[in-house]
Amino acid sequence: MVDLSKIVPLSPIQRRDFIKGALLAGLAGCTPHDPFTNEAKKENVQPSGEMVKLLSTTGEIIEVDKAYLKPTEEIPSISNMAERMGIEGKKFVMVIDLSRCRNLKKCQEACNHAHFVSDFQNWIKVYPMQDAETTAPFWQPTTCMHCDDPPCVKVCPVDATFKRQDGIVGIDADRCIGCRFCMAACPYSVRVFNWDKPIIPQAVKDLPYSIETSCPPKIGTVSKCDFCPDMARKGELPHCVTACPNGVFFFGDIYEDTVTNGSETVRFSELIRDRSGYRLMEELGTKPSVYYLPPVDRLFPFKNEQNS
Amino acid sequence: MSSTKITSDLLPQKFGKTGRIWTAFLILLCLNGLYCYYKQVTLGLGITGMRDYASWGIYISNFVFFVAISLVGSLITAIFRLTGVEWRTPLTRISEIIAVSAILFASIIIIVDMGRPERFTHLFLYGRLQSPIMWDVIVITTYLTISILFLYFPLLPDIPILIKNSKPGSRVQKFYKFIGSFWKGTAAQFKISENAVKIISVMIIPVALAIHTVTSWLFATTFRPGWDSTNFGAYFVSGAFLVGAGGVVVAMYVFRRAYKLEAYITDKHFNNMSKVVVMLALLYLYFNINEYLVPAFKMKKAEEHHLHSLFTGHFSGLFWSAIILGMIVPVVVLLFPKGRKPFPAFLMGILVVIGAWFKRFLIVTPTMLSPFLPMYDVPESYHHYIPTWEEWSITIGSLAGTLLIITIFTRLFPIIPIHETIEEMEHSKPEKT
Repeated sequence: MVDLSKIVPLSPIQRRDFIKGALLAGLAGCTPHDPFTNEAKKENVQPSGEMVKLLSTTGEIIEVDKAYLKPTEEIPSISNMAERMGIEGKKFVMVIDLSRCRNLKKCQEACNHAHFVSDFQNWIKVYPMQDAETTAPFWQPTTCMHCDDPPCVKVCPVDATFKRQDGIVGIDADRCIGCRFCMAACPYSVRVFNWDKPIIPQAVKDLPYSIETSCPPKIGTVSKCDFCPDMARKGELPHCVTACPNGVFFFGDIYEDTVTNGSETVRFSELIRDRSGYRLMEELGTKPSVYYLPPVDRLFPFKNEQNS
Repeated sequence: MSSTKITSDLLPQKFGKTGRIWTAFLILLCLNGLYCYYKQVTLGLGITGMRDYASWGIYISNFVFFVAISLVGSLITAIFRLTGVEWRTPLTRISEIIAVSAILFASIIIIVDMGRPERFTHLFLYGRLQSPIMWDVIVITTYLTISILFLYFPLLPDIPILIKNSKPGSRVQKFYKFIGSFWKGTAAQFKISENAVKIISVMIIPVALAIHTVTSWLFATTFRPGWDSTNFGAYFVSGAFLVGAGGVVVAMYVFRRAYKLEAYITDKHFNNMSKVVVMLALLYLYFNINEYLVPAFKMKKAEEHHLHSLFTGHFSGLFWSAIILGMIVPVVVLLFPKGRKPFPAFLMGILVVIGAWFKRFLIVTPTMLSPFLPMYDVPESYHHYIPTWEEWSITIGSLAGTLLIITIFTRLFPIIPIHETIEEMEHSKPEKT
């Protein structure tokens, strides 16, 4: 027997309904009667007289009364387990080109908008950095580093934050107990906590929680940048990458050795080698998946354009 | 002293006027804490002063304080017992009830700190052993169990005395009968109990060291400037012994005054406990020098902000008061025989305990506010940590809760073991003559 959950990942309750449906659909193939009508008659549903045509699993066209069809509940497209596993055969990587950043914060805006990040909190922070008094200052956008040896995952007592096979560190807000140990452990200060009830539209509030969209945000839990795995699943780029007008962010797959900012696509290894890419706080041994290109030959002078 | 006199002296007494006011005051503080906690559960942790940078605040420092003070149980009952300290008998039950109530509230306050307290069971459903929090859960449960047994076994010989002296058929007597009527006081039972206590006193020492070391690891296993220390385990344990000893000195004085126990808790006890406090304070000072001098000498970039905030910056007032008033002044005062008299020792005990609470605050907060990447692009309130009144209410409520447990316990049980005291008096008689 094929495990249905491997093909169509569903949560247990929905899986039971699905199997029931599949069995009924199987029956439909060998009997002339459609299962909808039989089931509906058992539940005493009155026919409305309006008929709809449906294609059965065996390719036959059957006619069913519209009243016999039940609207299904919102089903998440991917199961929690599949979301925890991640996308097979991928290892996501991000390259941030510091020479292109002029602190427009479009990345931040797009990210906050897409993930309903609370007011005053940001998943992406753009820091003014300076290594020493006499060196040049530069803007440094930071996202979650999606470390290969993530300190947050080590310390989480309930497996609410976890490392996926595609390199993404995710958070399950349905699992998080809000102890904030991961926030204490993260040296990059990228995690934020939902201190108050998140202000979100009712439609979003009603959605089942998805690890891949990190939505809807939940009170009393931790959240952070997630590399937008829902976009990756669709074959699209994370929101920050597409929102940046200067092409600061490159996103890609380290196995493919390709990263792209939407308009340019480059070899990851060549980019890192030729432009002397580095990672933040390498000495801590967290092995981040976010690489930085040093701010040499900068496209813009360093000034705070937002405030001026 | 005759055994009837000892019994009547040590039997739990009804609350007097002060006792009733004290209990009512504690209950009031607890209720206020409960109300604020209700508010926190419904509105979220946003009502506290904690924000993304200082994401741990006085709840966690209070937790560390509770774990620290609970260590006194093992110090006095186990270590003193194994090293053959004779004068410890009147202090054993005091220290053990402090330990039990403190560790109980340590586990409560950690649930208070959780953003999702209703998911507490997740720790058991999805618990992962690699998280230091799980180590803490395991070791705290073990320590709580052992401490309760350590309180309970030596209590058993006193229960027949309590049953005899309580009103027949009263609820209190039923309660005594419920917890100890199986105790007949036979030689075999005494032998079992004695062996059990012996085993526990050996067992409790590693567990006690583990509980506070594990609590220190909650901090030391993170990537944070002020916590990145191999000294942390020893530093925490030595500090815990100090605050525990200080707490016992305070409790000794209060019980002696409240229950007129001058004949049992004598000046000698204050004298000896004060010497213990001096030794432990010096030990803790030694570990403090290790903790701050070495990083301050090198002044690595990541440590700089944190150490400056402690030595000369925002937290310097609190830091130096905790060091000077909480350690150096008690050492100096208690070095003099006059300083080891009950009242000055009591005052020094209070200084040690309060200093220790603020020391725990200084371990948690300044580090949280000294991250590797600068605090930038956050609202002004994220740059500081000022606990809100709700947070204080809950914290004070938890402290009042421990005192309430101790108060109710002493209302029900003799705070100085009756049976043991009688036995000791009888044993010491033939030696004297």
